[in-house]
Amino acid sequence: MNVIEVTNLTKRYGDHAAVDGVSFSIEEGEIFGILGPNGAGKTTTVESIAGLRTPDAGTIRVLGMDPRKDRDRLRSQVGVQLQESELPDRITVAEALRLFASFYAKPADTRQLIEDLGLGDKRDTAYRNLSGGQKQRLSIALALVGQPRIAILDELSTGLDPQARRETWHLIESLRDRGLTVVLVTHLMEEAERLSDRVAVFGAGRLIALDTPAGIVSMVDPEQRLRFRPSVPIEDSLLSGLPEVKRVERSGPVVIVTGTGNVVAAVTSLLARRQVVANDLRVEQANLDDAFLALTGRLSAGTTKELS
Amino acid sequence: MNEMRSLIVTEARLLFRDPVTWLAAIALPTVVLLIFGSIFGPSEPDPALGGLRFIDVFVPSLVVITVGTLGIQTLPIRLATYREKGVLRRLSTTPAHPLRLLAAQLVIYLATAVIALLLLIVVAHVAFGVPWPGHPLGYLAAFLLGMSSLFAIGLVVAAVAPSSRAATAVAIPMFFVVMFLGGVYLPRVYLPDILIRIGDFTPPGVQGLQDAWLGTAPQLAPLAGMAILTVVLGAVAVRIFRWE
Repeated sequence: MNVIEVTNLTKRYGDHAAVDGVSFSIEEGEIFGILGPNGAGKTTTVESIAGLRTPDAGTIRVLGMDPRKDRDRLRSQVGVQLQESELPDRITVAEALRLFASFYAKPADTRQLIEDLGLGDKRDTAYRNLSGGQKQRLSIALALVGQPRIAILDELSTGLDPQARRETWHLIESLRDRGLTVVLVTHLMEEAERLSDRVAVFGAGRLIALDTPAGIVSMVDPEQRLRFRPSVPIEDSLLSGLPEVKRVERSGPVVIVTGTGNVVAAVTSLLARRQVVANDLRVEQANLDDAFLALTGRLSAGTTKELS
Repeated sequence: MNEMRSLIVTEARLLFRDPVTWLAAIALPTVVLLIFGSIFGPSEPDPALGGLRFIDVFVPSLVVITVGTLGIQTLPIRLATYREKGVLRRLSTTPAHPLRLLAAQLVIYLATAVIALLLLIVVAHVAFGVPWPGHPLGYLAAFLLGMSSLFAIGLVVAAVAPSSRAATAVAIPMFFVVMFLGGVYLPRVYLPDILIRIGDFTPPGVQGLQDAWLGTAPQLAPLAGMAILTVVLGAVAVRIFRWE
């Protein structure tokens, strides 16, 4: 069952189309990643889904309802974490959660939520004295306190340190296990790759790819790259003579071989035959990062200004 | 109801953690009373003041300081700060309608103003023998209507000011005008006649406060004017209110 359906969504600011004819649908219980460079229309799209903006064209259905007209009924079922929205300076973590909990008919256990988000020792700390990461986690907690069916998280882990980021990811994964649908706006590939069931890649207001993270990676050339330091000098031409190899580069003593197919086996067996030891051998595979750059890079050839 | 109570409790706590604001609102009229009272002392009745002492005509309008501070400064600046920081926008994504936040603020400021008024009445009576308000119901009506009309002005500013700086820029001069016409800086008997007439009708309607305290019912025309102003400006404020 689709809980969110977006059809031909268009939103203009003056002459500029922030979102230009975007369509997609999100299934119940799915973690749906929205990925794209700044100005690609990600935030405008999710804010339209949250009922904060009125589209110029197209339709949006959330749980079968119109996010603008049925906003009052949707507010209790959609939890939203916004970019650039703060709280009063002097409100404490526990007070903010209790206040927001009072808005909902069946709120989550605020104590448990505070613990889940690692804010247990900050429950009586004023908002202005929290670190950026702590503010971010409180903001996520406020989006979840109403036990929503859908959570929209815009820039989930911006400002979090790696440890806090991983803890937050665990929390999102546990939400999926409870059947919550999550719309996740991010510009972190690792986050999208790890959490999302499907990823929508946005560029210049359009949807340029929509697939599973693995599916998106396979849309670009499945290149692999080997880096190693040969124990004895080796001619470039020997390596580039292999049919699997596309490119050979050097960076000081390190040789970088780029190729496709079974390039790893071809290169290592050549080195073995020549009795060359490949020191510090590393194999890099294309990941969502490469795919993203390739997809948005293709686009930016025409519209460079979008990739600021 | 649970939600309204939470909003009131939370906003009250936030105000309480900001002692400069609530201390000024509650104590300032009484402090001004003590200063002027100690300068002029228990002066003799003055025929120019209709046989009353200076302090007797001065006290009734001192509460203007409190309602002016809360209605014209605290309310719009606080709401503009909430708008600037995205607090209002955030609330608008929850089932809590942000209008209830407004209502919670009004409840708290009303309570603060009542405390300030009671403190003023008691200290004026005990320290300077100023009589209790002679027409309590009339005074209450003049006080509530005067306060609502000032809050309605504050709400119009709060409705659109994009930032706390913008709200402050509008609020401060307006506050001075209200204080001046209300006879806080210079007792109204020393103001030119035209300014006294204007002050009768501008919020919060100081003449009504004075009349009621001294025992006569406040005149209906200024009270009605205050009521109309409250309804009209209140409706305008709700109409033009921007959450972001």
